[in-house]
Amino acid sequence: MSTILYEDEIAPACHWSLRMKRGTSLRLIDKEGGANVGMLFYNPENLLERYNAPDTLKCQHTFKLTKGHCLYSDMGRIFCSIVEDTVGWHETVCGNTTKKIIESKWGEHNYQQYRNDWQQNGYNSFLVELAKYGLGKKDMAANLNLFSCVEVNQQGELCYRENNSNAGDYIELRFEMDTLVLLHTCPHPLSVSNQYPRKPVQYQIRQAEPVAENDFCKNSHPENQRGFKNNTLYHLGVDNGGCC
Amino acid sequence: MIKESSLIADNAIARDIVPAGDYLMKVVKKGQTFRILDLEGNQAADTLFYKADDPAERYSAMDTIREQGNVYLTTGTKLMSNECNVMLEIVADTCGRHDTLGGACATESNTVRYALEKKCMHACRDSWMLAVAENEQFKMSKRDITHNINFFMNVPVTQEGGLTFEDGISAAGKYVEMEAMMDVIILISNCPQLNNPCNGYNPTPIEVLVW
Repeated sequence: MSTILYEDEIAPACHWSLRMKRGTSLRLIDKEGGANVGMLFYNPENLLERYNAPDTLKCQHTFKLTKGHCLYSDMGRIFCSIVEDTVGWHETVCGNTTKKIIESKWGEHNYQQYRNDWQQNGYNSFLVELAKYGLGKKDMAANLNLFSCVEVNQQGELCYRENNSNAGDYIELRFEMDTLVLLHTCPHPLSVSNQYPRKPVQYQIRQAEPVAENDFCKNSHPENQRGFKNNTLYHLGVDNGGCC
Repeated sequence: MIKESSLIADNAIARDIVPAGDYLMKVVKKGQTFRILDLEGNQAADTLFYKADDPAERYSAMDTIREQGNVYLTTGTKLMSNECNVMLEIVADTCGRHDTLGGACATESNTVRYALEKKCMHACRDSWMLAVAENEQFKMSKRDITHNINFFMNVPVTQEGGLTFEDGISAAGKYVEMEAMMDVIILISNCPQLNNPCNGYNPTPIEVLVW
């Protein structure tokens, strides 16, 4: 059992950012069921290097993301590996809610009237977090929507799966390089909920075990072995085996 | 959906042949229609769009997929921007399906997909890097290079959540045509990929026609 270094909660309809160190992991726990976490990754040493959903999907021949998958940057490196997952399907192609989407689904709940119960949207949430690091809308790549599942039928039509994640479900991301993590807890843009879903997410920062030669994520696809080699090259000379 | 165009090539106001490994970057005006023609078959045209007077507004694969509720692009697809505005609409398509999930090849992703020693082989993203460097008038940089459309590529999603790369459904003479709903910069990399069976390891030229 890895050591929990820090534990906290992100309230519903909120956004936050944090820097994860290589060799630590981030466990996100859906407290009540039905959560959605929008997430983006950047290299803090070079903010032009960022999460790349198409590269992540095509190099692992997958549309869904779950345990064993690695989440890639546009530079052929792995930001993090999904080392634990009780959900089974997280999606990365549907983007964010916008002000317009929120209002068309659930009406307008502005800050003036509703204060902390306003209906924040995912797009603006990312804009705020991006701006904290000198980034803007040009830098907003396709994001992850953790805990959310969108299936695709033979005709290519999207089907949002309700109740994909239950109370207590979690995903754990082990960071393979230092990473700036941007996240929000706004609803999934295809949510069919009658009311704006307000779902809190617990998070734990853990000390990860060193990556072993027989590591599940590293060996789940030959592509990931090469991705790990790219990370090794990036850390040459400062290698600490993924442990502090 | 397969739909043929009534436009005649001889009437086009511009015709550009783009060899594999090269790029095309030009403005197409609102109301104009342009065609990407697969001259020899099974080629991939990696394409990005930008609003001409504000390139920060650009093609968004996510918004396009979500708003049409479908991952494949074909006749009738409205190509959406990151501001959720319609940039272009596909008005004719003789392939029936185009991909916007697989992204473009890059030298770095080639190391992961194929082999570390492939690292210096020519790739779409290098063509785009050259394009933004050679076209300073658009004031674009790597930040502007985002998730693209792969015209003529067939990348089916399985119901179990897999992603497969099937042989192309394009052939010599197949094309896709779009009408611009705003003035747009089109940026096409004609894919130089030599490691992918999708194009028979044989990248070939395309033609771009504007009416």
